[in-house]
Amino acid sequence: MTKHFKSLLAATALVSIAFTAQAEEPVRGGTLIHAMAQTPRHLNPAVQSGIATGAPGAQLFAAPLRYDEDWTPQPYLAESWGFSDDGLKMTLNLVKGATFHDGAPITSEDVAFSVKTVQENHPFKSMFGVVTSVDTPDEHTAVLNLSQPHPALLLAMSSQLLPIIPKHVYGDGQDPKSHPQNSENVVGSGPFKLVEFTRDQNIVLERYDDFFIEGRPYLDRIVYRIIKDASSRAIGIENGELHMLTFENVVRNIARMKENENLTVTDEGYAAIGALNWLAFNTGSDGPLADKRVRQAIAYAIDKKFILNALMQGISQDAKTGIHPGSPLYDDSVNGYDIDLDKANALLDEAGFPKDANGTRFSLTIDYGNPTTKPQAEFTKASLSKVGIDVSVNSFVDFPTWAQKISNHNFDMTWDTVFNWGDPVIGVHRTYSSDNIKPGVIWSNTQQYKNPKIDDLMAAGAQEIDPEKRKAIYSEFQRILAEDLPVYWTNTLPYHTAYSNKVGNPPLGIWASSSPYDLVYLKE
Amino acid sequence: MHILITILQRLAYAALLLIAVLVLNFSMMNLAPGDVADTIAASMGGADAELMAHIRSEYGLDQPFLVQLVAYIGRVLSFDLGFSYFYNTPVTDLIFERLPATLLLVVTAQILALVIGVLLGVFSARHPNGIANYFVTFFALFGYAAPVFWTGILLLIAFSLKIPLFPVAGMSDVTVEGNFFVEALDVAHHMVLPVITLGSIFLALYSRLSRASMLEVLGSDYVRTAKAKGLTPREVTLKHALKNALPPVVTLAGLQFSAVISGAVLVETVFSWPGLGQLALTSILARDTPTILGILFFSALVVIIGNLLTDLVMRLIDPRVRGRA
Repeated sequence: MTKHFKSLLAATALVSIAFTAQAEEPVRGGTLIHAMAQTPRHLNPAVQSGIATGAPGAQLFAAPLRYDEDWTPQPYLAESWGFSDDGLKMTLNLVKGATFHDGAPITSEDVAFSVKTVQENHPFKSMFGVVTSVDTPDEHTAVLNLSQPHPALLLAMSSQLLPIIPKHVYGDGQDPKSHPQNSENVVGSGPFKLVEFTRDQNIVLERYDDFFIEGRPYLDRIVYRIIKDASSRAIGIENGELHMLTFENVVRNIARMKENENLTVTDEGYAAIGALNWLAFNTGSDGPLADKRVRQAIAYAIDKKFILNALMQGISQDAKTGIHPGSPLYDDSVNGYDIDLDKANALLDEAGFPKDANGTRFSLTIDYGNPTTKPQAEFTKASLSKVGIDVSVNSFVDFPTWAQKISNHNFDMTWDTVFNWGDPVIGVHRTYSSDNIKPGVIWSNTQQYKNPKIDDLMAAGAQEIDPEKRKAIYSEFQRILAEDLPVYWTNTLPYHTAYSNKVGNPPLGIWASSSPYDLVYLKE
Repeated sequence: MHILITILQRLAYAALLLIAVLVLNFSMMNLAPGDVADTIAASMGGADAELMAHIRSEYGLDQPFLVQLVAYIGRVLSFDLGFSYFYNTPVTDLIFERLPATLLLVVTAQILALVIGVLLGVFSARHPNGIANYFVTFFALFGYAAPVFWTGILLLIAFSLKIPLFPVAGMSDVTVEGNFFVEALDVAHHMVLPVITLGSIFLALYSRLSRASMLEVLGSDYVRTAKAKGLTPREVTLKHALKNALPPVVTLAGLQFSAVISGAVLVETVFSWPGLGQLALTSILARDTPTILGILFFSALVVIIGNLLTDLVMRLIDPRVRGRA
């Protein structure tokens, strides 16, 4: 998809949203029945990352900013915000009169406390790592002091990453990670308050009448029903029992739901989550994979079109780099390694791995970190046998077994699914940064990839405030990575949202169901 | 008096068995690579070395194996099953939160399967060459052979999607509000498909066994005598034959009760039934050792109690067993 076409699409999407908003006045009331595939550990996104906590978390807690479809920040709990000229201070001006669910006012103290809690407990240290302190000159002003300019801070102000939690509740001295009020009697700041959380059954939320945006939310209640079986969820939305499913990625079910005329099924809304499928190489091993020509040859030998059209049945997008194609920083112009067996063979010969008498060059193993990528692993084996690489597929036992193996670098190749989490600084750098080679930590730089030039580009990109210059930095970053190929990116995970046509204003912004539902409504 | 000694003896064995179960399970869990720190990292979409080390030290996972084992056994002996790593809740709370749902499902399915199964078995044993007999045999074999998740999904497609009679998942509808009767009706409504699915396996077992047992008894001499006395076929079947055909079925029912959790895992997953089976599956996938061990411990307990009860019931219905002791 060209960039122009994409912006055209975005524009059309905006126009159509504006149009529907005009044509149909949102209705107050009703209960939205929303499916969830797993039980969250608890409901406090400040200390529990991930999409399971993210969905109810974004309703329970408000954040300083929210995002629309084209990545533009919008006022939320902060009515205005700005960076100082040197980029070392970010000022948030909070809306006045906002209250927590227990009636206490939301103040800049709570913002400072939330930033500190996330900084200390959240797994993504890069989000607030450069925040040195938070000043609170008055009740409605919070100033974040930074040790270096940090453009990723804007995305880190989203509900998924910085929920505003009450200091008077979660700052009582108990460990916030195991605070009893993370699961019950949650005191939030968002459009909905907690009624009931029953593990493996449901999470019931109710409209918070004193929400700081007048007249919202539109819904009276949201019921998240926890249904782990994907087929049951699909049947549930088809028979009208459920109004909405998010994060669906079973190709077969998506195809079937698309045929139902009472439903809308779309992959819009997952750009910031940014889930990518890729084939990772252990570049630090002594074997042939240390040579980038071998990695390139492997990429040339795999027919990506087959993966996209046959395995994913055309419902996931082509992803050529480690940045999600929905991100404004994505560079579509890099080499996508279209299948070319001659080139693959030539590269392997050049790298010094000639075919032996049996036509085999060398042997490798392949793992996969998720049962759904088993076909990809088997397809890789079949593809590579054509260029003389003998691959044996290690079967998937369970996640911890796989994670131990990969994170301790005991592998040759593995299929993996990794999320961008909005800004490259949060979810992309970790895969390529040479100082993030951490044995035992999954989704660190398990490829053991080292390139000082890439390290420099990431350091520059992390600090560049000017969007155009930043884009240029990340373009070069993606170009060099596509050349070095520590991982071969193939496609986006086909995350889809399915919703009944009764639902108005579905969450199609960049954070999918991890965004506030104050605008969602049910038509008569 | 005799019976008391038997029970005490059994209880002593049971206690030893339980400790063996604990040690074995704990050791096996430890053999598997990876731990809950990995799954917590996965649920968060990533983690850093510091956080994972923190999780491991907090739960004592960085201690030597023997230290962990002894600490665990010690805790269990003081009736503390520990804290779930994943949910940060006492394991006993988690188990007792789920137990009613599983019991409701399994007991209902068992009772229905037992009653209907025995009736079908008796019926087909009395008409061993009738069409109905072949129907029962086929149905039983089918129920036994078909995988539960498959039966479950088929039932869902048929009675939830094509003919929307029953809800697709869960145990109750939170939007339904009313008195106890309304809510019980709602739960019953949710229960129909899972009970049929789970019951179909048991039903197959009971009907096959009671048919075989009944056929055997019907061929015995005293039944011929009863018939010769001029008793009606009904009386012969119910009063004379069935009584003697039942003990094997009761034994099987007792054994099946021990399969409370194993049988329910799949059904609970397909129908999102919030019971122990689902909890077991979730905690295995999450490597939540205390919860898994807690559930296994509990299952072992259920098996032992189930066997004990079966023995007692056997004594009641079969005088021959009473004599042996």
